[in-house]
This record gives sequence, C-alpha cells and structure tokens, in this order.
Amino acid sequence: MIEHFLVGLALILGLALGFLFARRRRGGGDTEAVHHILLPFTGTEISRRAIDASLRLARAEGATLMPAYLAQVPKQLPLDCAIPKEADSAMAMLEAIEQRASSQGVAVDARIERGRTYRHALARLLDHETFDRVVVSATATGASGFSGDDLVWLLEKAPAEVLILRPGPADHRVLSIDGRGAAATA
Amino acid sequence: MSRGRYKIFLGMAAGVGKTYRMLQEGHAEADAGRDVAIGYLEPHKREDTSAQARGLEVVPRRRASIREVEVEEMDLPGVLRRRPDLALIDELAHTNPPGLEHEKRYEDIADVLAAGIDVFSTVNVQHLESLNDQVAELTGVRVRETVPDSVLGTADEVVLIDLTPEALIERLRAGKIYPGENVQAALDNFFKIENLAALREVSLRQVAEDVESKRLVYSEAETVGSRREEDKVAADAPKAVGERLLALVRPQPSSQRLVRRAWRSAQRLGTDLDLLWVKPPGQPIEGELERQVTALRRLASVLGATLLIEEHDDLVAAVARVVRERGSTYIMVGESNPPKGFSRLREPLPQRLMRATPPGVDVRIVAHRGLKEGEK
Repeated sequence: MIEHFLVGLALILGLALGFLFARRRRGGGDTEAVHHILLPFTGTEISRRAIDASLRLARAEGATLMPAYLAQVPKQLPLDCAIPKEADSAMAMLEAIEQRASSQGVAVDARIERGRTYRHALARLLDHETFDRVVVSATATGASGFSGDDLVWLLEKAPAEVLILRPGPADHRVLSIDGRGAAATA
Repeated sequence: MSRGRYKIFLGMAAGVGKTYRMLQEGHAEADAGRDVAIGYLEPHKREDTSAQARGLEVVPRRRASIREVEVEEMDLPGVLRRRPDLALIDELAHTNPPGLEHEKRYEDIADVLAAGIDVFSTVNVQHLESLNDQVAELTGVRVRETVPDSVLGTADEVVLIDLTPEALIERLRAGKIYPGENVQAALDNFFKIENLAALREVSLRQVAEDVESKRLVYSEAETVGSRREEDKVAADAPKAVGERLLALVRPQPSSQRLVRRAWRSAQRLGTDLDLLWVKPPGQPIEGELERQVTALRRLASVLGATLLIEEHDDLVAAVARVVRERGSTYIMVGESNPPKGFSRLREPLPQRLMRATPPGVDVRIVAHRGLKEGEK
C-alpha cells in the first residue's frame, strides 16, 4: 500500500517538475541572447569575406548575426514610407544570408533600415540597436556601398568594435540577386 | 435636377489610349442620337487622337494666363451654357491657372455633373493622391498634379484602358505618343518595362478595389426583399475581389522568415499584408521583447504591412476575430515546435484555425528552416 502511495507521489512530483521546467524553457525562448554582430550592407551584393568572417565570429562567440540592409529613401518621399522595391532586394539578400547562417548553426536577427543616405541609415541603426561588433567590407565601395569616409565615420561613431575587412580578389559577387529577385549563393 | 452620369477612363501611363477610347465612346453616343460635345481635349499632337475627334462639336476654349503666359483652358461657363447631354473633358487631374472658377479640373467637372450633364473624362493612375508615393517609389518619377481618390469613387463607371508594357513601348517607338526627338528621352526615363509593369499592376488593383468597394456599398444598401436572384448569387460570392493575407508572428527573430514568405506571397497576389501578434494578457513589453516588437514594427513599416497587436489569452479566438474584421483570405503560420507533454493531446493550431475562421480561409504553414535542416 505504502509503495503505491510513494509511486503515486513520485509521479505527481515528476509531472510538476516537468511542467515547471517546460515553463521555464518556454519563458526563456522570448528573451534571446543580446550578443549581436552587425553586418551592414547596401545594394544587391555583399562580400563573401564579410559574411564568412561574421559567421565565424558569431559561431565562436555564440552570438546572433544581425545582417542589416541599408536602404536609401529619395528626398521627395517620407523617410518612414514603405519601400517595396528596396524591400524586394533586401528580402532576397537576407534570405540568402540566413540560409548560409542556418547551415552553420548561427542565429540571425535581420534588419532593414531606411535613411536619406547609407550613412544616415547606418546612423539610425546605431541609434536604436545594440551590438557588440560591426563587420564591414572595404570592398563594398563605390556607388552602391560605403565610401572611405563612411568607414571612418563608422569607426568614430560605432559604440562597438569595428572590423573592416581588406578587399579580396573576386570578392564582390558572392551573394547576388538575379533578374527575378531570387538570391543565390556562390 | 439629377446629377449627370460620370465615366472615367483610367490608364497606367500616357499613350495607352484613354483619350482615344473616350472619343470613340463619344462618337458611339452621338451615333445613338445623343448631343455630345467636347468640353476640353488635349490631343498632345497625336494624329490618331485628332482624327478621332473629328465630327464632334468642340466648345471653344477660353484664354487665361499663368505668370503672364497665355494658355488655353476649358471654358466651364461655356460648357454649362452649351449644355450638351454628354461632355467629353480630358485630363481631370489638370490644375487650372489662378483666377478661374476652380483650382482643379475635377472640380469643374463636378459643376458640369451637378448641372445634369453626363461627363466622360480621363486620368492616369499616378495622379491619384494615395498612389502618388507608391508610384514615385516604383518609378522614381513624382507627378505634381494629384487628385483625391474620392474623385474615382464618385464615378459611376471606371474603365481601365489596359495595354501591355511591351505594346506601349512599341507605340512610343513608332512615334505615336511623343514626337520623334523626345522618344529616346522617354525610353531612358519613365517608359521602362519595369516602371510600366508596376504601374499596370497598380492600375489593375485600383480598378479591382473600386469594383469591390462599389459592390460592398451596393450590398449594404440593398434590402433583402429587393434582391433579385442574380444579385443573391453576387452577394453570396466572397466579399473581396482580391486576397488579403494575415501572418501570425511573434516578436522574435525566427518570425522574420515567416514575414519574408508572407510578404513575397502578398506581392505575388498583389494584396495587402497584415502581421498579427497575439500578446498574452499582462505580458510587459520591455527589455529584449520591446526591442523585438520595435524591430517588427519597423519591418512592417518598410514593407507597407500593418502590424496588429491583440491582447488575448486565446490565440485562435483572437485570430478568428481579426480574420473577420480584416477580411483575410489567407492565414500564414510558422511551423510549431514538436508538441511535448500534455500539448500532444491538443489539436494542432492550423486545424483549430480552420475550424474557427470563416469557410474559404486558407491556412498555410511556413516551414522552419533550422528544424528542416536538423531533420536531414
């Protein structure tokens, strides 16, 4: 008789502990790690070196990668307007980055940020996001990327460690968007 | 005196043939014995259009001046005095010079209609106020002359003059839209396939929405006793012409894939996207959760989607209510984690959603990438 009682008590205790454990796990799911590595990029191309470096760092540190597509909003439009055309490019790029990150077991928390210029978009991002490291590629220069001035500005303003990657050969077309808007990885 | 009947010919861009079609229909009305007069015509030096206008009486224009430059404008008092059964008045978005009766031509048209005269008029979709930003974003070109969307709503009939972008560019190359010296500049700027395709889509949607809103008004206005049999069929059909997509999200990074897929689907369907987070009652939005809610809000704003936050302890009941209120036709949900413990006994969320929402609402499950790869 006493054995039955003890078995019953053990079962009830087990269920109660299991329930509490499950609740804690569920509760923990909403608060994710705040350790973030920011990977800002512009246009429809992004450097493989920048992605690989940020993924290596994120994996080593158990950090979340925060790829951020910076979009320019023309002056005649409100800054907070919808930007479907830009979003289309951004979505394809972010999807491709997430695929690569997922294959390496790295968590991704992506952003699309608007600004009048790329630097302005970056400044807005710095204002309201927190991260511990920024990875940018010096190859992303020219009309569709960051200028040298932008990188200097980033070094001065970013409240985090900034990793600027040296250009590599054929480093520019790693993730690109084909004519139909689908992203492909090389 | 009853108001005149108003018909608008809507196009995606200059050169699709709005004015031509308006004149064609004007001739048809005249042939049927009605008194038709051209209140204002802008032939843009297009020979086909000028030829089509022949045989129709034109109310003489009047002179006005803008910054000491003489221009010819529609003579509103002249049209009202002439009092035809039907007046053809081109370019309703036009802005009048100072000193005339109204600032805009669509206001002139309102006077003509109020006088009991039927009006046919024309407008391009980028002139509609609510679409002005969207069109500027799509094409990089912003027009200054806009009209309130309600103008389209006041029309008894809106006729979309549709033309494929390829055919329009062909017309442009053939010199049927602009004189030869301006063709290349037009091709380099506004008249690009992607611009025209986007504008065409916007025009088609606009007319579809207009049809829908008119049908809804009609449906609400009618009484049960007055319904004819064919009306009943129409009333029983789904209320929305287009689809409306609702994605169930949570403020966490893993929802982003769902938002991306939902947005892509919404783009393909040419429909609006709503994002819904059913927040547990009393849950404070602070710390990391606040950061994620802000990120979700910003993403919704970038995409032109609407983020809805409903506080409710019953997810399915909250979703069902939102589906009814918003007229959603698709629900997209993320793949759930494998059930554990007592939750194994519960019916899966998609099934519960399908039971709780109106018939015909589809539920789609978006696979979780990490889970899939883990299963490989």
